Order: sequence, then C-alpha cells, then structure tokens
Amino acid sequence: MATAEIRITGFGGQGVVLCGYIIGKAASIFNEQHATLTQSFGPEARGSACSAQVVVSDSRVLYPYVTSPQVLVAMSNDGYQMHRKTMPDESIIVYEKELVKLEKHGPRVKTFGIPATRIAEELGRKIVLNIVMLGFFGAVADVLPREALRKAVESSVPSGTEELNLKAFDRGYEYGLELKEKAELRA
Amino acid sequence: MSVEIQQPPTEEHPKEKLLRMDRIPHIWCPTCGLGTTITAMATALEQLELDLNDVAVVSGIGCTGRVAGYMKLDSFHTTHGRSVPFALGLHIARPDMKTIVFSGDGDLISIGGNHFIHTARRNVDMTVICVNNFIYAMTGGQVAPTTPITARSSTSPYGNYEHPFNLPLLAASSGAVYVARWTALHIRRLTTAIKEAIAKPGFSFVEVIAPCSTLYARLNKLGSGLDLMKFYHDNSVIKHGADLREVDIDFQTKIVVGKFVDIEKPTYIECLNEGNKRVFGDKYKPYGVDHGDS
Amino acid sequence: MKAKSENVLTGAHYLDGNHASAEGAIAAGCKFFAGYPITPSTEIAERVARRFPLIGGVFIQMEDELASMAAILGAAWGGRKSMSCTSGPGFSLMMENFGLGIMLETPCVLVNVQRGGPSTGLPTLPGQADMMQARWGSHGDYEIIALAPDSPQESFELAIHAFNLSEKYRTPVLVMTDECVGHMTEKVVIPPAEEIDLVERLYTEKPPGEAQPFEWSNYDIPPMLPVGKGYKFHITGLTHDERGYPIINAEAQDENVRRVSDKIKRHTDDIIWLEEKDTDDAEIIMMAYGISSRVMQPAIARAKQDGIKVGQIKMVTVWPFPEKRVRELAGKVKALIMVEMNLGQVYYEMERCAAGKCQTLLVDHAGGTVHNPEVIYNAIKEAAK
Repeated sequence: MATAEIRITGFGGQGVVLCGYIIGKAASIFNEQHATLTQSFGPEARGSACSAQVVVSDSRVLYPYVTSPQVLVAMSNDGYQMHRKTMPDESIIVYEKELVKLEKHGPRVKTFGIPATRIAEELGRKIVLNIVMLGFFGAVADVLPREALRKAVESSVPSGTEELNLKAFDRGYEYGLELKEKAELRA
Repeated sequence: MSVEIQQPPTEEHPKEKLLRMDRIPHIWCPTCGLGTTITAMATALEQLELDLNDVAVVSGIGCTGRVAGYMKLDSFHTTHGRSVPFALGLHIARPDMKTIVFSGDGDLISIGGNHFIHTARRNVDMTVICVNNFIYAMTGGQVAPTTPITARSSTSPYGNYEHPFNLPLLAASSGAVYVARWTALHIRRLTTAIKEAIAKPGFSFVEVIAPCSTLYARLNKLGSGLDLMKFYHDNSVIKHGADLREVDIDFQTKIVVGKFVDIEKPTYIECLNEGNKRVFGDKYKPYGVDHGDS
Repeated sequence: MKAKSENVLTGAHYLDGNHASAEGAIAAGCKFFAGYPITPSTEIAERVARRFPLIGGVFIQMEDELASMAAILGAAWGGRKSMSCTSGPGFSLMMENFGLGIMLETPCVLVNVQRGGPSTGLPTLPGQADMMQARWGSHGDYEIIALAPDSPQESFELAIHAFNLSEKYRTPVLVMTDECVGHMTEKVVIPPAEEIDLVERLYTEKPPGEAQPFEWSNYDIPPMLPVGKGYKFHITGLTHDERGYPIINAEAQDENVRRVSDKIKRHTDDIIWLEEKDTDDAEIIMMAYGISSRVMQPAIARAKQDGIKVGQIKMVTVWPFPEKRVRELAGKVKALIMVEMNLGQVYYEMERCAAGKCQTLLVDHAGGTVHNPEVIYNAIKEAAK
C-alpha cells in the first residue's frame, strides 16, 4: 500500500503545479505506482499562494486529497505559513532557504532547506527553481527513485529545455544528498 | 376513328419546385409581406441556378420562422433566437452548401441579437434575411426592438418610447460585408438583393420591411396591408450607399432603402485556414476545401 | 467501426480528467466543438482547440452557451460528430437547445464539469448538484442518458461511450463529471485506435422522396437524413410527425413525445451500466456515481472489517435510473444508502424505487469538496444497527 502524501506550495508562476505533475508522473508512468495530483484552483491560484497535492500509492488512490501529508515542499513563505501547521510528526518540510523564514518545528518534523533560487540563477535561468526544488525533494524525501523523477522531468518540460532542467534537477538532488549525509553524520 | 382525349393542363404553382406544396395553404395572414418575400427568395434561387440540394434554410421562431417549413430545401426550424448559431454549426459542417437564415426582427435582433452581431463579426459565410414588420406578430403584437417610437403594440399600448435598432447600421458595424434594405413592395430589387447576398462570400444581410396588417397596421390604425404597400410606395427613398447613421425608421415617415454595403473581407473559414496555415505551414490541410465526411 | 489512428494518442499519459475527456472525444471522431469558457470545464475546450487544426476539426469559441449548444446541433445535422462542455450557469443556458436536440433527435455530446451551485456558487470546487437538472432541466417530458466518470481514465472512456450511445440512440448524451475529477491528474492509458470501437451514424438507405426524418414506425431508432443530398427534408422543434412537419394537436404530441421517450426506455437494459460488488449477500448496499463512488471505498472497507456485509453499486450511467435493479435489491437488503455531493437528488429516485421495502439513507454534501469517508462510514454503521 505505502502511501505518500505530498504537498507543494508556492506562489503563482513558480511552477508549483508542474512540480506536482512531475512527481505524479514519475510515480504513475515511470514507477508503476498510482498517483493522483490535485491542485488548489481558485482566484487565489491566479497569482498569490497556490498549492498542488500528490497522493502516491501502490494501489488505486481512492480519496484524492491529501489528509495527512508526509512531505511539504515550500517555495514561498506564504505557502509555508499556510500549511506548516498541518504537518504531522514524522513528516518532512523541504523549503527554499531564501524565500521561506523557517519557524520552530517539533523534533519529529524534519526540515531541509536549499538556496534553490540562487542555484537556478547560477544555471542561468531563475525559472528552473521548481526543478531544483524537485531534485532536492527527490533526494531528501526519498519517496521515488531518482531515475523515475528524471524521466518525468525530461518528458514534462518544454522541448528544448530538457538539458537545462535535468541539470537543475541533478544540482538539487546532489545538494540534497550532501545535506542528508551531513544530517545523518550529525545524528 | 379514335378520339384523343386531351387532359386539361395541370395547374402548377410557378414556384412549386421550391415550395412544400403538401404544406400549402400556409398559416400567414392575407396581405402579410412574407408571401412576396418568399417569392423573391425563390426567384433569386432560380436565377442563381444553384443546385437546390446544396441550399439549406434555417429559421427561428415567429411568423417568419415558419419560412423554413414551406421551402422545399433542407430546412431547419430551430429555437427562438438561435437560428444563426444553428446555421453557423451547419455551415461549418458543410461549407460547400449555401446557408440562408430566414427569420424575423424579434427573433434575430432581440433574443438572437448577440448571435447576430457575433456571427457578423466573424464574417461567417451565410445570408441572413430579416423580415421586419416592427412587431412580434406570432405572439399577438408585442413591442419589438424595431418598433418605431410612438407606434402602438399590445405591450406598448400608449405608444413605444424606446429607441429602436437601426438594423443596417447594426449589421454593418458588426462586420457584415453586404447590407441592403428593401420593402415587400420592391419585389424586383429585393430579389436582386437576395441574389447578391447569397452569392456574396461572408455574412450578408437583407432587411425586408414588410406589412403586418393583422397586428401592426390594426393597432396603429394604418389601414389594410394594401394601404401599407401604398405607404411604402409613397415614402420609400432609394439611396444606395446611404450614410447608415441616417437610415433610422421613424413612425410613418420616410424609409430609406437601397444597397448600403458591398465590401470584400475574408470569411470565417478563410481566416481559420489562413491563421492555421501561418502557424502549421504545409502540415495544415485547409478546412472546407474537400469537405469529406470524416 | 474502429477509431482512426490519427485521432488517437495511444500510450500512457498523465492527464487531468478534462484533458482526458477531450482526448476521448477526439478519439471518438469528434470534429466540431463549440463552447464558451467556464470554470472548471475550460480545459476541455482548450485541449480541443490545440488538437483540432491538424486533424481536420473546427473549434469555435461562441458568444455564449446558448449559441454553443445551437451550433453543435447544426453541425451534427451537417454530418459532424459534435460536442460542447460547460459547468454551472452555462449548463442552465444550454438547457433550451438541449431540448431542441432531444426533439430533433440529434446525436451530440455535452460534458458538464459540475461545480457548486446555485448561481455562481463555487466555480473552482466540486459538486454533483446538477443531476436533476440533467434529468429534467429542459422543459417538457423526455428521457436522457447521463454518464458519470470517477477518474481521468474513465473520463476518456466515457467520452467515447457517450458518442457511441448518442449515435446508437440518436440523442444528445450528457457526461456529468465534476471539478474534482476534471482537475484531478492521473495516469490515463489510451489504447491503440484499432481497439476503440465506434458506433457510426445511421443514415437512411431510402432515396429522396421516400425517406422521412423521423421514421418511427418502421425503425427502432429512426435513421437520419443527410443534408445536401436531395432529401430536402424539414425538421422542427415543434411537435411533429414522421415527416418532420409540425402538427399542433394532442394526438401528435402523444405520438411524438412517447416515441422519443420510448426509444430510450425500450433499451434501458442496454444503456444502464452498473458496476456491482458484493451485492448478492449484502445487508447494506451503497449507491453512488462519479467521484463519490470512489470516495466511499475507504468507508466500505472499514465497515467490512467491522463485519458488516456491505455491497455497492457504482452507477456509471445515472440516467436512465436503474429502476429495475433497485426494486429487486430493495426486497433483499436492510438498507440502501446513496452517497452524492448534493442535498439529495438521485437519492429520491432510489427511495422511490425502494418503495418502502427497505430503509433508505442519504449521505449528502453541499459540495465544495468530496465527502469525508468517516461520515460515510458512520452512515453505514447507523444503518447496520
């Protein structure tokens, strides 16, 4: 069964929904699982805070919405503030270090930050911030195989941008691996 | 000695080819303008020498809406106001056919007004013939968006005080490529206008001012249908290419008639093909050129 | 007849329900789409608009929903498979010409991505409160076929099925999906074209002069007449006879309305599509359609763990209502429970058919989100007491 519920939040234009789409696609098309993506539509989705939710499961997803998220991917402070309190114990918060002002969380909620905007800028395109975040999420949350996520990135981004996006994904992923290693060493 | 018995010649209605004779007599009142208007349309179709299999007529609801029921063509009697969008769908499915909408002023311009202006805007290749009798006749003589100021109707019993639409101006400003107005008296000119409108690629519009003796004339004490025809005779002013801002119709004053607009503009389907070709190049197969049935 | 390969995007895709509906329609051979933007259905129109140019279809954004519905009828009579999509207020506007479609016996498909109502209601959130409008929304007596998908995969499949039913029975068919399914993205497997069966329009074999547009007496479903082939037929939204001529009296009304209704009623066994599970020895049977049939699954599983014998009927077709089956089951079970995202619509049909032979319960919801499975579970427990 092994269900993972993931919420991605940010502001309109950051590629929040694409991020969720890639996770869902990685699970259902490239990892033989089931994945249901829903998104908060509404006037609020046309600019400020927006969010996407993915439920990943080994069997058919019956209830489509996230009820008890294991992972929160936060790309904006507003989104983070809106959802941080819904994170239960043993969950993970993945956040953009320069956009999100991290609050105190209980010892059983793990938090991982990444300067994804800066990394995206180094790659020459700030727009790939979401893919850097995705790679980072892939490494630290470890709910999906790296290869499945890479394939999903490759087949979901606009043609001609695959290389850049895969690079962004890998940079995020590597950053995550390093951070995780350090965290494990500390523990 | 054998005797040849001569059969009396069978009487044939001159427009029998274009009328559903099994539905005659029709429901219209004596001296209604629809008779001459249909004759004009039938003559126009004959003179155009079209294959009548390739002509469809679409009507809405109302007295004029019944035209579809009497013309021996593929004919569609639709809902009130929706004849134009129904015709649009039919035209796009069969752009090789001639699509003619034949309906009244209330149907086309009041309840169907939005469809009328948008279809003109798109320059969809169809002909709209609007029989304007200044009143809702089928429902018993209510005020219409064309009723002249001060004219009486059953719902403007003390005289209409709303500004009416100027139909040629509305059609032209919405994008029609052919606009003409005649009265039911001007049979030959009306026939020519309908002929030109049908032949014209794009959205063509012919307004026909027509007498309604039962309601409009009676409620306004204008006499019989014949009196209205006489009125048209004495008060019509032919002014081709008139400034359309000046062709409003006031109560029982002059009626400016003529061919007002006749311009060239790409049709909806031409624009569709042009737009797609610009993007897709040779990968795009122009629509409507070989209609197929797929 | 099989689908044409150029229309079918064979493969595994990750699509939302609206995109999947559009792909289903395209696979079914839809070549004319007239619509007006309205949340949450617009993605169907957007996808069709993108896909049509290279496969010979025409998409047109109309001035409103009145025009959209009228245009797809015109195109259907012009020989095209045609469709529209809408939601909420747009559905209300389409009802007028939907009735014309019924009266003219015109094959076409309309997808309603249901949102919360009445009025503007909840444009971006789900509801299932248009079900009675689907059944009775246009004036007059008629029968209707309405399907309800529970996922993007089913949105694809039921779009094709809707076209097939509309051609087979020469009538407009509704797909009553909702915002949740429409905006939910899941894996959608589109089979190869040769595995997709399509029902093609039945045209008369008689020559002009002999054929009539509504030949009720000689045919189970009257074949259509093609335009532009010399039939010079007439059709009208007025009460009419087989020739399509208006006849304004009670006898003609009786014949016309009964014929059009009976052609659906006669074939309910063929049209009605139920997915039943564990109904044979159930003490409680859950009924639901669309997204609600899915959301009730965790509740059913939990109740079963408690030892309650729960069966279920997922209604793939909601209209015509499975009257016969509900009557049969009502005599055998303790309770029938309807789960729907409204304050009670299809429930009353179930209650009517149960005719007091068993308990009937409604798990309602005003819309805005799907049911909480906990609430459904509590209803089962209550009924089992």
